[in-house]
Parts: sequence; structure tokens; C-alpha cells
Amino acid sequence: MTTHAFNDTNVMLGRSLKHVTRSVDTIITVTIMPIAFLLLFRYVFGGAIEANTDNYVNYLMPGVLLIAIASGISYTGFRLFNDMQNGIFERFHSMPITRSSVLWGHVLTSLVANAISVAVIVGVGLIIGFRTSAGVLAWLAVAGILALFTLALTWIAVLAGLSASTPDGASAFSYPIVFLPFVSSAFVPTETMPGPVRAFAENQPVTSIVDSTRALLDGQPVGSDVWLALGWCAGIGIVAYVFAVLAYRRKVR
Amino acid sequence: MDQNPAIRVRGLQKSFQQLHVLTGVDFDVARGSVFALLGSNGAGKTTVVRILSTLLRPDDGTATVNGCDVVAQPARVRESISLTGQFAAVDEILTGRENLIMVARLRRVPDPRRVADDLLAQFGLADAGARRVATYSGGMRRRLDIAMSFIGDPPVIFLDEPTTGLDPEARLEVWKMIRDLAGGGTTILLTTQHLEEAEKLADRIAILHRGTIIASGTLAELRELLPPARVEYVETQPTLEEIFLATVGGGEAQR
Repeated sequence: MTTHAFNDTNVMLGRSLKHVTRSVDTIITVTIMPIAFLLLFRYVFGGAIEANTDNYVNYLMPGVLLIAIASGISYTGFRLFNDMQNGIFERFHSMPITRSSVLWGHVLTSLVANAISVAVIVGVGLIIGFRTSAGVLAWLAVAGILALFTLALTWIAVLAGLSASTPDGASAFSYPIVFLPFVSSAFVPTETMPGPVRAFAENQPVTSIVDSTRALLDGQPVGSDVWLALGWCAGIGIVAYVFAVLAYRRKVR
Repeated sequence: MDQNPAIRVRGLQKSFQQLHVLTGVDFDVARGSVFALLGSNGAGKTTVVRILSTLLRPDDGTATVNGCDVVAQPARVRESISLTGQFAAVDEILTGRENLIMVARLRRVPDPRRVADDLLAQFGLADAGARRVATYSGGMRRRLDIAMSFIGDPPVIFLDEPTTGLDPEARLEVWKMIRDLAGGGTTILLTTQHLEEAEKLADRIAILHRGTIIASGTLAELRELLPPARVEYVETQPTLEEIFLATVGGGEAQR
């Protein structure tokens, strides 16, 4: 049974990855907006922002990566929705396969696709002055945090894709998530924000993820932020996973 | 009656909220035969197929496919069936060949690539095999769809309105495929609103109307259902179309 699950998930992943690689426009859409933000904040707003840092690109990088991931996962919702609409789900479900592989194929695809766009954006960042003193371990930790963040958001996307009644609905859920980094420590220090906004910014998940990622990339000690970040990702991921699986069970008889 | 039919359906009921789609459906499909479920739009044909292919749970009644209960042993049922038709899609972004390889790998058939190439050749898709399905005509797509159901030689195949939306030529091609399939001993349940299709392909025909089977049998048996009085006045044999219209009550059956 386990080897079947592995085989089936592998086939589903291969299929879904072809969908990604054959619609290059989705990859471009996912990376172009974060790159635009990167350039905008680096060359337009950056000069006026007092972030107590000598390299504002370094400061920006984590938030921009989170924006990229948040907009990237919306395509998972969209692809899942399409699969349900056009009937390929029905074909899979009438076949002797491990049913969970149908969802896992999409989830793993999301991890791969987002890893690609993160790599592209880091590449652009290096060109415009992003510098890191992070070692291999710190990079692995950053990759782990971002992967967990992607995984958590992807299950939200799965839930949206399964529950939506229109293709727009299947991807619109990501807009507020894309917006979250703006009300966090991603672009400006939270100390400059008025009371209630600051309270929100300091206690929402993105700030701890941004702070710990930034510290890791700068070769600074991460402190307890990293545990808070991992806790947020794991918590959101588990809740979204449970609801996604429930929604899936409801859909398939 | 057949003690061990490929499909046995007894008292099948299904409602969606207030809508009673199936109100008690009974039929048997003998092994190796072609069985046509004939009915107008909304008669409940697709609901029957969805229940038999384990996509939908019945509210009441039982259905067994290849000896396995669709509710109690859905995984066993899935091992012996294949589903094709209006609501089971092919992947448009993949090529025809990739679609076949995907299904072959999911069914764990040895040598998926060769299986795919053989089927492409068999169904006249060899030249189109490397093209994305999005570029296929309706007929090619349906041929690919049916070719996908051949993979793994499932003993029972459901064809839900296999020729709906096809032009006459493509329809004839699909009919030929279905005959070939039936010649190989596969049990086929097909749904259709085309009376001619049922007449041409099926060993037995059941007319589904308002959620229940109102007539079933071979074409010859169905012909006998017409009132004898009518037979005296009509010199030619009644077509299935006349039988259908007579049994469902004229006005509601639209072609």
C-alpha cells in the first residue's frame, strides 16, 4: 500500500509539474510582482525608509520572498479547482489508486514551483545588492522555514480550491495573505507604526517568520523568533490540512 | 436469470435535496454483454453510472460490480472498472501519449510506454500522440478517452454518453471501438440518449425514465411491448425510437 501511495503521488506530481512548466506565464506572474516590489522598495521608497540597516535589500528580502510564496500558492487553488471542474478528478477517483495522492501531487508541486520562484528572486536580489553571511546550516534553516510556510499556505490553497465555486474564488483567498507582509516588520520596523497597527503587526505570523529569516540570512542569532515562526507555520498548516481533508472527504462521497 | 452477472442493481435510490433522481432502479448486466441505459436528459443515467463507479453513494438499494458491493468494497470495484465519457476528462495540457502513460502507471501496468504506443497506433492517434490534447478534435479526444479505459483490461467499462457532441463520422468511429471492445469479452454499460446508438450496439436495453426502469430487454423483447393492436396496422417493424416514445409517453421525450 505504501509503495502504491508513493507511486501514485509520484505520477500525480509529474503530471502537475508538467502543468507548471507548460504554462511559463504562471511562473513569470508569480516572480514578476515580488521582483517589482524588490526594485520599488530598493530604488524608490528605500531611500526614505529608516530601517536602521546599512543594506536595505537584505532587510527587504524575507518579506519579498513571503509575498512571492503567498501569490504562488494561489495557482495551486486554481489548478485544483480546474481538475475538479473538468472531470479529471472523477477519472482518478474511479481508478484503483491511493486517493490522497490526488491532493499530495498538487501540494508537492506547489513546494517545487515556489522553490523555483524563490531561487529566481534571490538571484535578482543578488544582482541589486543582496548579500548574506549565512552558512550552509543557516541557509538550510531558511529553506526549512520557507518550505514549512509554503506547505502551510498550500493547504489553505487546497481548501480554497476544493470549496470555491468559481476560478476567481479559488485564487482570491491569497490576496489578504499577500497583503500581510506589508503590515509586518517586512518593509519597515514595527516601532514606527501607530499603536493598534503595531500590535497587530508584531503579533501576526509574518513578523516572526520575517525576523527569524532575516536574522539567519544576516548571520545573527535568531532567538525565540524562530520557534514562534515554526509554531505559526505548523499550526496554520495543521488546521488548514484538517479542514482541507474534511472538504475533500465531503467532495468525494 | 444469470446467477453471476457482471453488474447487479437492486432498488437503487438517490435524491439530491428535494430532487428524487433515482426512485428504485433494478437491472442486471450479463458478463461480456453490452447494456444500454437509454433515457432523456435528466433521467438519471449519469447518476446510475456515478454510483456504479463508486463516485457517489446511493441513498438506498444495492449495486454490485464484478461481484463486489459498490458501497462496502469500493476499492475492489475500482480495480475492475474503467470510466469514460461526458464527465471523465482527459488532461488537456498533457499530450495524448502522456495521458496514456499516466493512466498505465496509475494502473501499474508493465511497460507503460509500449502500452501507450500500441494504443495510439490502434486508435489512429499515432501521429497526434506527441501533441497536447488541447489541440485535438472532439472525435480524437473521445478516442483517446476510450483508449485510456482499455489500459489494464478492466472487465467492466462504463461509457457515459460516449458519442454526445460528436459529428456523425466520429460517432461511427467510436461505435467501431465499442464493438471491438465488446468482441474482446468486456462487459460494457453505456448510457445514451441516441436511440439508434442503443439499437446498433446493445445486447440489452433498459429505458430509464423519471428515476426508474420502465422497460428492459433485448430489442426484440422491447418490440413486443407495443400493443398488439398497433402491430396489426403497421407493416414495418417499429423502430426503437417509436418504442421509446410510446413507453415514456410521447411528449416528454425529446431527441
